[in-house]
Amino acid sequence: MTSKQSLGDFFKRWEWLLVLLIFLVTIVNARLTPYFLDTRNLMRATSDFMELGLMMLPMVFIIITGNIDLSVASMMAMCASLMGWLHMQGTNIWVAMAAALLLGLLAGFLNGYLVARVKLPSLVVTLGTFAFYRGMAYALLGDQAARGYPESFTFLGQGSIGSIRFPFSAVLFIIFAVIFSLILYKLKFGRYLYVIGNNEEAGFYAGVNVVRTKLLIFMMSGFMSALAGIVLAARFGSTRPDIGTGLELAVITAVVLGGVSISGGSGTMIGAILALVLIGEMRFGMGLINIPGQGQNIVIGFLLILSILIPHVGRELTSGNVKVNKAMVGKTAVALIMIALFAIFFFWSRTLLIA
Amino acid sequence: MNDKIPVIRMRHVSKSFGGVHALKDVQLDIFSGEVHALLGENGAGKSTLIKVITGVHQPDEGEIDLNGERVYFNNPREAQHQGIAAIYQEPSLFPDLSIAENILVGRQPLRGGRVSWGQMNKEAGALLKRLGVDLNPRTKARNLSVAQQQMVEIARALSVEARVLIMDEPTSSLTSNEVDELFRITKQLRAEGTAVIFISHRLEELFALADRVTTLRDGEYVGTREMADVTTEGLIQMMVGRKLDDLFPKQAVEIGEVVLEVDHLSVNGAFKDISFKLHAGEILGMAGLVGAGRTDVARSIFGVKPATAGEIKIDGETVEINSPQKAMALGIGYVPEDRQNHGLILPMTIGDNVTLPMLDTYATKGWLNPKKEKAAAVEGVQKLEVKAYGIEQKAAELSGGNQQKVVLAKWLSTNPRILILDEPTRGIDVGTKAAVHGLMSNLASQGMAILMISSELPEVLGMSDRILVMREGLLTKEFDRSDATQEKLMMAATGTVEAALP
Repeated sequence: MTSKQSLGDFFKRWEWLLVLLIFLVTIVNARLTPYFLDTRNLMRATSDFMELGLMMLPMVFIIITGNIDLSVASMMAMCASLMGWLHMQGTNIWVAMAAALLLGLLAGFLNGYLVARVKLPSLVVTLGTFAFYRGMAYALLGDQAARGYPESFTFLGQGSIGSIRFPFSAVLFIIFAVIFSLILYKLKFGRYLYVIGNNEEAGFYAGVNVVRTKLLIFMMSGFMSALAGIVLAARFGSTRPDIGTGLELAVITAVVLGGVSISGGSGTMIGAILALVLIGEMRFGMGLINIPGQGQNIVIGFLLILSILIPHVGRELTSGNVKVNKAMVGKTAVALIMIALFAIFFFWSRTLLIA
Repeated sequence: MNDKIPVIRMRHVSKSFGGVHALKDVQLDIFSGEVHALLGENGAGKSTLIKVITGVHQPDEGEIDLNGERVYFNNPREAQHQGIAAIYQEPSLFPDLSIAENILVGRQPLRGGRVSWGQMNKEAGALLKRLGVDLNPRTKARNLSVAQQQMVEIARALSVEARVLIMDEPTSSLTSNEVDELFRITKQLRAEGTAVIFISHRLEELFALADRVTTLRDGEYVGTREMADVTTEGLIQMMVGRKLDDLFPKQAVEIGEVVLEVDHLSVNGAFKDISFKLHAGEILGMAGLVGAGRTDVARSIFGVKPATAGEIKIDGETVEINSPQKAMALGIGYVPEDRQNHGLILPMTIGDNVTLPMLDTYATKGWLNPKKEKAAAVEGVQKLEVKAYGIEQKAAELSGGNQQKVVLAKWLSTNPRILILDEPTRGIDVGTKAAVHGLMSNLASQGMAILMISSELPEVLGMSDRILVMREGLLTKEFDRSDATQEKLMMAATGTVEAALP
């Protein structure tokens, strides 16, 4: 009866594939460098991805409904900038933090209002607010950085728990991941998200409050972006208006790689979380063997395309239609050529940089 | 006329979709220089026949001769090359291209490999002039009225030297002046030797324009008559034909209090001044042609598209229904006409679909309770005898009849007092149809108030206690079960003069 089961066998398999990939990447990384399995390193690397993770949770909701929020990184920068600016004016840091969270809710509300009530396409709305909110961040801080946060505050981003130094931000992420999973699977609200993603009209006819549901998920997105901004500011000990530039695409990448259909209607929370772990592990591992950010992007981008291509080819292979199978051969060929290109590029860039 | 070779000669044409016969052993003869009307109820097979002629569908059996030569169209393009053109109710021009481009699309005159705009505008202008239409060929199609767009489509048909022009309900969105203009042009084409196939629900138009008429009923050929030899009653008799059988298990139920009262309800652009009362235990039928505004009435009562004027009263109290949630809270259920888009969420399971409107009741302190939910879904599915391997099966995998049962299970789970059924048996098999009718009768006998919209006259007559007829957004007639006949309903629905009523 739960929506998880209605997603069909494939997505179950997709999550197993992610687990397998994580396992493989772990082995490869551990063999490539002795620093990978070092607890301290692993924990520090984990904290690098928690802001992304916090923003990913509501993005799963938004993409399941068939919408998108491109403004998350901009909201994060705007809210963190407000907090930094207020703190520099002498406001208590906790009050400033509350103001940042409130601004996040407000920014999300604006997105949600335009999408849900005015019924504008979310891609365009959030493309607009993507620029608008980022601009607000610059308006607040100019090109300076807000500094001088108290230690009690930076604990949010730098603090850790226990002898293994488990990052506090990861604790925060786990708490919210549990909350968002419960909402998705155990509440009426979660079911409504799948309903809206699959057939908004039929949902409306069945009494689903489509407008309120959409409004709420965009507000969640604003709130979590603000929280991510706070954690990031605490981790860096400073805030600049250009923080997290381009992070929205990393967030969307994790969600889609996790098997959430970009056209809405299907996907799981655990898939997205596994994808986050996979991306984090790969980036960390590649960083350890000195592959720069651009090289890492090539790999992640390739992985994303594969994640969409594999199910597509798989579906057509099993469809048994001769005509479709012909097309499938072509598509597989393209995929193989891309794999080859990718491999060449990957090793080329690695030898170039290691040598 | 019969010694000539017909432009189109069809014999024994059959076509079925998924085991359902849309056309069965149909014949048709169309001669050049005649306007030939095609007549039949909704779903009689007119559209399918047109699509066979224009190459959209390929017949399963039967033969088509064009000017005495056997033809087989694999696609609409081949039919067009043979001089068959069609214009529809909704014109299909490219809105951002000019009239000239629309007329000559794909056949633009070239000069040195480039489109010769001057030549094109000249050619298009000549065609429009031949039709006696005063339009500038440079105007964008977007800026034209529906009638003008149809003229452009006719001009396009002329430009390919169409031998057969099919007009599928061309007048339904035209004003009477525009209809006159269309008729003038049609008559001109006839005089020039074009064969015109004309479809309209307005019988008076057929008398004004057509030479002969072929009637279809339930996908079968009924007969072809000279227009001069038939009367309105005769045509309706041919369309409706069948005797009302005893298929309908309507039980006599004592009619209770007024539950729903609709008072001068209007939605701008859809319907106007609709007033009626619906009683407990009553099945109120609503007949009319497709597009008469019946579904819009249902949607406004259910809050999908709230009324712009007028009142809805439930148990005598005025209520404001501005969303489906509100309607559901007031005890209204609505089984929509469009099962696939409005009734079901096809990619989701039967269970998810059935429990969707009442998720709150299957929750414990806000948390979904899978056990309760499952029990409710299983109960609903069993009560309606849905044939599926389980409630985990996706709605998309079910047959039309079973899908409709799931929709019914979904709405019955809300325990409505007022149930609106919009085309409850459209496109479903005979067995399921009988089951749905039995269920309706049963529900009414338990005191449910049912408003049933149906385009199928035998269903309306067989199931309803009273019957309302709508035409062009207005409530035109009300009949009691005892004195309604198919002929009377058809006349009220098509707007045929009342003097014709016996």
